Amino acid sequence: MTAPGVQEWFVREVLPLEAALVQYLQHNWRNRADVEDILQDVYVKVCEAAVKERPQQTKSFVFTTARNTLIDRVRKEQVVPIEAVADLDALNMAADDPGPERAALARDELRRVQAALDRLPPRRRQAVYLRQVEGLSRREIATRMGIGEETVKEYLAEGLFDLAELLFSEPADMRRRP
Amino acid sequence: MTEALNETSSETTAREIKRRAAAFVIAHRTSDEWSDADQQTLDAWLNERPEHSIAFWRMDAAWQSTHRLSVLRPQQSEPARRSHLMSRTAKAVAAVAAIAVVAYAGQSAFRPNEKVYASAVGDRKILTLADGSRIELNTDTVLRVIQSETGRKVRLDKGEAYFDIKHDGAHPFVVEVGKHRITDLGTKFVIREAGERVDVSLLEGRARIDAPDAKSAVLTPGDVAVATDTSLSVRKTETRRIENTLAWRTGLLVFNNTTLGEAADTFNRYNRKKLVIENPQTAGLTIDGTFHTDNVNAFVDVVQHVLKVNVKNNASEIVISP
Repeated sequence: MTAPGVQEWFVREVLPLEAALVQYLQHNWRNRADVEDILQDVYVKVCEAAVKERPQQTKSFVFTTARNTLIDRVRKEQVVPIEAVADLDALNMAADDPGPERAALARDELRRVQAALDRLPPRRRQAVYLRQVEGLSRREIATRMGIGEETVKEYLAEGLFDLAELLFSEPADMRRRP
Repeated sequence: MTEALNETSSETTAREIKRRAAAFVIAHRTSDEWSDADQQTLDAWLNERPEHSIAFWRMDAAWQSTHRLSVLRPQQSEPARRSHLMSRTAKAVAAVAAIAVVAYAGQSAFRPNEKVYASAVGDRKILTLADGSRIELNTDTVLRVIQSETGRKVRLDKGEAYFDIKHDGAHPFVVEVGKHRITDLGTKFVIREAGERVDVSLLEGRARIDAPDAKSAVLTPGDVAVATDTSLSVRKTETRRIENTLAWRTGLLVFNNTTLGEAADTFNRYNRKKLVIENPQTAGLTIDGTFHTDNVNAFVDVVQHVLKVNVKNNASEIVISP
């Protein structure tokens, strides 16, 4: 996956759709435990297509790919979904409308990242803070927190995993804290 | 294998892939010694399945977004902290912004090969390069990092920067300032671009400075080189004195038998409200002390009481007269 510009395009245009996409998949697939894997399939299909040609309308392309992925799964698994994939059009329209939510997200990027950081478990939050705000090295963080450098790496990696979920996957209204 | 990335487990679920991607991003972005072997391990993993690349992009985007947090760094304005100027606390609260320089594996096609970093008046910034080298930008500084396959190059367009460079014989680290080139031979050094001249002070290791007229000098610890378009001179000083001039790295200025004129010039680099010394005799008085870069008022108080001078504090400037 090294075609020029695909990473940039994915981060700029597809990642911001993740929360809506997760919602759509959860709504249309009975087993929530599968959603992460389905999302991954959707991303691969979307990016492989984008390597050949960048879609004109990213949102509708992504959601159409999501619907087709669900249909494929239904066929493969020989199950009859209780809620079929009927919601797509309604959601697709909603997703095509930028709406105040996304505009607000762009404006409040810092607040959003800060809110996500605040929601990390304390040790992970501390490690990420010392690195990204205070600019300490892993060794300095280890000394400051009284732990080994390998543990620092673990905290940072776990903290990053959580941050990505909070930043991309959570519905926007869940991100805000009162 | 400095980063010990070679776990044998292979991931099957999306969650496992994401966790692995997060570990790779952290290993890569926060490493002090990212080796070629580490890079090969990462490349191999990224190329194994498109799922891996995509998960890596996603995690990397999340990590990059946390750079915005650097604006949350603690402010230095509380008077209580002034009293422990050189203490650990002061050092800890000193404003530091961290920026990791982007260097992706396998996505070179859209990697910008030049990045510009700038610090505002009174600000500082720390860059950590992919190879673990650190560059600290002092106040009002513009610096460009130019990445290429063969070497590591930086251009200091304006201001002052401290360099702590990981030596790599195969990939020399070069700093260009005006028409001068400084080549690191494994070092810690500081360069200041001051209009007509360039000052290079060497703290550790060795570096070579090449002036435009083919003059060059190899610097060893304690050397301070002053280069203009037509001259190059090197003098020896104690490394302790160079360290004093680097106190800005923790938000401090150390004056040691420094004239009021020099001290005012120094403060004026860090602050918009300028110090003006009205007569040459006053400018020649000397002063000792340690001050916060952003606390001109503390400096003026000391000057007023110790040197018995007059101070007029206007909206735009502070005028010191006999």
